[in-house]
Amino acid sequence: MTAPVSIENVSKTFGHFTALDKVSLDIRAGEFIVLLGPSGCGKTTLLSILGGFLSPSSGRVVIGDRDMTFVTPAKRPTTTMFQDYALFPHMRLVDNVGFGLRMRGLGKAERDEKALGFLDLVGLKASAGKRPHELSGGQRQRVALARALAVDPEVLLLDEPLGALDLKLRRQMQDELKAIQKRVGTTFVHVTHDQEEAMAIADRIVVMNQGRIEDFGPPSQIYMRPRSLFSAGFMGEVNFVPGRVRAADASSAEVETTLGSLALPAANFTAKAPKAGDAITLTIRPEHFRGAEKSDDPMFALGDARVAGSAFFGTHYRCHLQPCATDGDALVAHLPQSSDVRDGEIVPLAVRAADVVALPAASATL
Amino acid sequence: MLRRVFIGSVSWAYLALVYAFIFLPVAVLVLFSFQDGRLPVPPFNGFSTQWYEAVFADRKLMAALGNSMLVAISSSMVSCVLGFLAAYSLARYKLPGSALQRGLLIAPMTVSYLIIALGLLALLNALHMPLSLLTVGIGHVVINLPLCFAIIYASMGDHQINIERAARDLGASDFKVMALVTAPMLMPSILAAFFLSVTFSWDEFIIAFLLSRFDVTLPVEIWSMLRSGLNPKTNAIGSLVFLASVALLLILEFSLFGRTKKQ
Repeated sequence: MTAPVSIENVSKTFGHFTALDKVSLDIRAGEFIVLLGPSGCGKTTLLSILGGFLSPSSGRVVIGDRDMTFVTPAKRPTTTMFQDYALFPHMRLVDNVGFGLRMRGLGKAERDEKALGFLDLVGLKASAGKRPHELSGGQRQRVALARALAVDPEVLLLDEPLGALDLKLRRQMQDELKAIQKRVGTTFVHVTHDQEEAMAIADRIVVMNQGRIEDFGPPSQIYMRPRSLFSAGFMGEVNFVPGRVRAADASSAEVETTLGSLALPAANFTAKAPKAGDAITLTIRPEHFRGAEKSDDPMFALGDARVAGSAFFGTHYRCHLQPCATDGDALVAHLPQSSDVRDGEIVPLAVRAADVVALPAASATL
Repeated sequence: MLRRVFIGSVSWAYLALVYAFIFLPVAVLVLFSFQDGRLPVPPFNGFSTQWYEAVFADRKLMAALGNSMLVAISSSMVSCVLGFLAAYSLARYKLPGSALQRGLLIAPMTVSYLIIALGLLALLNALHMPLSLLTVGIGHVVINLPLCFAIIYASMGDHQINIERAARDLGASDFKVMALVTAPMLMPSILAAFFLSVTFSWDEFIIAFLLSRFDVTLPVEIWSMLRSGLNPKTNAIGSLVFLASVALLLILEFSLFGRTKKQ
């Protein structure tokens, strides 16, 4: 089963602390949504409100077409997969997975058969008679997933389920999670603070900070076209270059920065349309810096820069570049493996117009 | 080198003395239960099981043994159920004055058995309730409930909250969460509380003596035997009581503590 979820103006306060501040979000049926943000940003609070473990201070939660704001967890079409798996230690795996079916009044033979089917889905059918303490972390995680899916929820809520696994296993489980979600078609809402995990599994990512939604969209859009400075910085390494709009019209804007002036398409202003005199911050991903090589796309020359340090990362060189024109902050650039960079060398810098995103300057957003 | 040998042998001797001090009375008791003669005092005349035969032939003693088991098992079951419910509510719900309530539940531990027995005697008198095995059982619940509560409460940690939450999330009612998840999860400590409380009730004399009348428990029966003088038969029944307590402790050790270690 699957259902859309609609969160309308939900706020949650704990005493004087605002954990969620008027959050609204529409999730389509069958979508894999990832709530991404640093700890304390409100993502787990939002998940608990979806699961029914917390009630919002104000606002509404609609699942399918029913108002679920004050319905208890047992009566919601949601199940939660907990961070510590929360398996029943005294039950065999097949009984763990069949627990929800038992609560729904299914007979033993029927629920065992269904439970075995779900254990098979996660590749643990052969261990059905074992108890949780005999399993590894990754296996427990799979049992928790099977148990949550066995009751055929419309929405599955996952609370940092991969947090306790080591990196290699985590990457493997991400792929499995995504594949299983595609197979069962249930709406998944997954909480994490790992942006790589978010990009690996999400259909759409919700970036949260301080109880608000900063950005919402498919991974590529969040990465390439972030709508806030926080979102740009959280999704990966980025260079912030301060600037000012000198002139703007409907299709493009003339921007002046310490690195020179650029003409940017209006579409690159993702947060709000440019207006002459606006203080802005340009965000440039390290891999978007080019040398002086030829390109068909319109390029901006950003002047020369001196290499202040570099390290080889396998897929690229990560270099600190000090622009010659200013003594402002050094830039971080990822240069190709083939570029033979040396400390102290002067390199020309350029960037594609399409790759630069302009956002309101930090002081202007506050 | 010599110094180390000296210190080593002194500490071994000390250890041996401590254990001798603890177990010598029991060893003497058990030894003279096999006395082939009328007095359980040295010299040891020879090996005989006649006193054990006498114990098993004594209908009054056997009845007292049965009463003791009945009181120990049923009062311990009641103590565990009440202790579990109290621990569950205090660990999982915000109750008014919960620190005070915890204190009140544990407080009877500090009161002497004699005082508890006297208090209960006065109360039962006022209620016109006749003394019987039931009143002994009530007395034993009063002394064992704090113990059961303390043991079970100590084993209720926050890590079980998510497990209970998961059960509720999968559709279990509050009662089912308690019966199918919380209680089985805490079974090692519930059983530990049960067996400890059985051994305490089994050995208890003052309350059993003051709150019983016609049907008595084993310690009370032994006491009335002792009034007619020393007799290897009392040694035999004493050895049996000791054996039962040891058996219970061994069950506790191997079945429960062994299992928790594995988990």
